[in-house]
Amino acid sequence: MIRTALEVGMTKSPEAILFWVLAPLSVLAAIGMLLVKKAVHSALLLAWVMISLAIFYIAQEALFLGIVQIVVYTGAVMMLFLFILMLVGVDSADSLLENIKYLRPIAVTAAIGIGGLLVSLIGRATISHNAYGLSIANQNGNVQGLAQLLFTKYVWAFEVISALLITAALGAMVLAHSNKVRSKFSQRDLSAARFRGKKLAEAAGLPGPGVYALHNAVDVPARLPDGSAAATSISRVLEARGDVLESKQFELQQSEDESSDK
Amino acid sequence: MINSKGMVAQLLGQDPGWVIALKGLLIFIFCVVLTIMAVWGERRIVARMQMRLGPNRVGIFGIIQGLADGVKLALKEDLIPKTADKIVFIIAPIISATTCFMAFAVIPLTGEVSFFGHKTVMQLTDLPVGVLYVLAIASVGVYGIVLAGWSSGSTYPLLGGLRSSAQVISYEVAMALSLVAVFIYAGSMSTSDIVVAQDRWWYAVILFPSFAIYCISMVGETNRAPFDLAEAEGELVGGFHTEYSSLKFALFFLAEYINILAVSSLATTLFLGGYRAFPGLGFTETWLGGWFTLFWFFAKVLIFFFVFVWLRGTLPRLRYDQFMQFGWKTLIPVSLAWILIVSTLRVMSDQGAPQYLIFGFAFAVVLIYLVISNYSDNAKAKLATDYKNFTPENPEFPIPISNRTEQVIQIRDEAKK
Repeated sequence: MIRTALEVGMTKSPEAILFWVLAPLSVLAAIGMLLVKKAVHSALLLAWVMISLAIFYIAQEALFLGIVQIVVYTGAVMMLFLFILMLVGVDSADSLLENIKYLRPIAVTAAIGIGGLLVSLIGRATISHNAYGLSIANQNGNVQGLAQLLFTKYVWAFEVISALLITAALGAMVLAHSNKVRSKFSQRDLSAARFRGKKLAEAAGLPGPGVYALHNAVDVPARLPDGSAAATSISRVLEARGDVLESKQFELQQSEDESSDK
Repeated sequence: MINSKGMVAQLLGQDPGWVIALKGLLIFIFCVVLTIMAVWGERRIVARMQMRLGPNRVGIFGIIQGLADGVKLALKEDLIPKTADKIVFIIAPIISATTCFMAFAVIPLTGEVSFFGHKTVMQLTDLPVGVLYVLAIASVGVYGIVLAGWSSGSTYPLLGGLRSSAQVISYEVAMALSLVAVFIYAGSMSTSDIVVAQDRWWYAVILFPSFAIYCISMVGETNRAPFDLAEAEGELVGGFHTEYSSLKFALFFLAEYINILAVSSLATTLFLGGYRAFPGLGFTETWLGGWFTLFWFFAKVLIFFFVFVWLRGTLPRLRYDQFMQFGWKTLIPVSLAWILIVSTLRVMSDQGAPQYLIFGFAFAVVLIYLVISNYSDNAKAKLATDYKNFTPENPEFPIPISNRTEQVIQIRDEAKK
């Protein structure tokens, strides 16, 4: 039994070298994907697993499948990457707290279920079936053979899957879409608003930070001609974050004789 | 002469190991040298466009300025920011620089030549899905930019990286769609077969819309002006490579220029007849034992490179939302419609449809286009007037309006009266 399994697994030398170099690497990457803390590292390792799978496909003469695997999955992992950045945060690590009750038993059951499904599927496809072999399958070329199957025998499944994907994409768009309740302000509107606003002093726009101040950093308020700090010169975002220095200390100290003049 | 499909694959199958190794090495050296020359060339051309002289001190016409700059760049101090994710920070430029060379493996540089007494073509390998392979490599290469942006641990690079990933996701779709028409007409996805299939007409002529879409999306794909939003030095300092210095920065630099050459080579191969001579000059293809075809190939690639420089010297950078809108709302629908038209025509001619049917179809397409464009113009005009007459007094549901918004709305309405 083991001997037959080994004989089946035997391949010609260059392919064998490729396999024994890449297989451990991809398994390590797959395990690492589960164990690393940062979500982005995890996505990267996933990309590596996908690329090494693609190389295996190519080594097994499934050239089209291999290349498409790279095109599709690198794009998909890129999307995942974006999702991580948008939803989880740029630099976040996994939290190990379990928020859902009975998470572990559910996960184990699901894993066993998927594993069982895979084993039964692969078993049904291989046991008591005689393989045609590549030479017959690729008789009219690999791509042409695949195209023929996809667009004749499996055209229904193919179309159903594409309809499903389009529906999912549209659903995501509908959920994420928000209606505009007013038209955008044009530059003209904003300019008019500045000039008709309460303070004409702001008509030319707000002062930039750090102008005539001791430092020209974005978190240092500009100084007005009388030496006082212009609070409006600092971005509101910085202020809300608490990243701004107290503007008081940058105000000009009135010297002794100036104050005595008054 | 190579004049039938699959011949190149056969020729390459007979290559002994040393020929393959030597070809790989030559392609590598060629790319690096060409990059150095391209940097010099770009600076000279842009300088001329801006009424300057450009680098003219180092060597004749400043020709080894690129080399001097390269050495200087490599000898600078290599900094890694404290907040950077070290491993990814180092891997990112390596990904960029290695993948950019790989595309050249499937580009046919010459016709049949004698290579140290061995009959072959200057092409490393010929895959039946060669063009898809180039696309796959390109999409891996973008990881370099995105990861560089993320791993730098600072805001501008992150924005650059995000922009670049969004850019690639949307423009690669348009790029791949533009190639479909070529596949349909050539009946193959192998680069050498596509060159063979263009022996009568270049696809740039008969598939002009595809060519135009490819040319636009290739500029987006390589992050060059006017689509250089990922580095946007006016907005994001240097974008994804802000934190990079020394050799790591040099790798990104190298990758950018080799990518330009790679997409230009692909455009040459797919649309301009590859290494074949310009129309009417076919007799030159046998000069120098076939090596003269290399000249034609590089003449075409350099034309593309010149256009890249020209664009950079002429056009301002696009705004990000306009760029995205253009990709999704113009390029992709147009290429989808074009694919439908091309495949219909192809099926018609394959099934031997009579001429009047084909002309009728073409006429119908033009008619439909006119109707749709008229309709969309009207819709746009209506939308514009709707926006103008829109008042926020009675929105369908309550919305938070800040003081500032209210103030602007009020002043705008007063101005209207």
